[in-house]
Amino acid sequence: MPNPALTEAVYYILLSLQEPLHGYGIIQNVDKLSGGRVRLAAGTLYGALNTLLDKGWIRALENEADSRKKEYRITEAGLDVLKAEVRRLRELLENGMRILGEEER
Amino acid sequence: MRKIVKKWFWVWEFDKEEQWLNEMAAKGLALVGVGFCRYEFEECVPGEYQVRLELLENQLQHAESQQYIRFLEETGVEQVGNYFRWVYFRKKTADGPFDLYSDLESRIKHLKRIIALVLPISGANLCIGFSNVGNAVRTGIGLANVGYLNLALGLLGCFGAWKLSKKRKRLEAEAQIFE
Repeated sequence: MPNPALTEAVYYILLSLQEPLHGYGIIQNVDKLSGGRVRLAAGTLYGALNTLLDKGWIRALENEADSRKKEYRITEAGLDVLKAEVRRLRELLENGMRILGEEER
Repeated sequence: MRKIVKKWFWVWEFDKEEQWLNEMAAKGLALVGVGFCRYEFEECVPGEYQVRLELLENQLQHAESQQYIRFLEETGVEQVGNYFRWVYFRKKTADGPFDLYSDLESRIKHLKRIIALVLPISGANLCIGFSNVGNAVRTGIGLANVGYLNLALGLLGCFGAWKLSKKRKRLEAEAQIFE
């Protein structure tokens, strides 16, 4: 069975974690990517990160300098999920454009 | 200068409590400590802070809770007090909007946690109340008054849980359409 749709938060978190980031870095990156539209709240982000860790879609990198400040990065499994989601979103978008496109013009 | 205000909120009025604390902060009184029916404030620049409160999953000393609070601190959030598992946070308004939750799912989860706190206590009060009143009526001796008090508290708690559940249902209906 293909993965069900990702939430907007999870989608942008996975997209952000192509490079290692800590919590606040993720919030800032998502804000930037979405042009300020998606503001991740810290509590929601914390819950999402733990779920993603459990699923093995991201992993925590140990930081020697400050072990309390954890950085995260996407895994191979996470990348597969993300790519599948982009394909799913393309289908949604193409159907929307095709069916509504005429009326929009 | 420190200012202490005595005030009582029921658990299910936590958003009212939060709103009141934010009104105080807007007036220039920042929360610095919490106790039983007791709020301690310190003067601040009006509007300097935004306040949020949350019922943690575990006790404050629990490693999981501490890890969560450290995580929040990284994003500019400060813990200013706690009352059992209830934790009070603040963030500088200048650092942007302050919310702990940005989606329906995490809000629903928080509500469930509060309901799970209120319901067992209410149920226990109802049981103790029935048994005390029953005993007192049957034997003519015993703790009828305490029993009535338990019954009243139990009913009130059930009312609170009902209010929270209504809110939860509303969010869940919304979650079927939106995130």
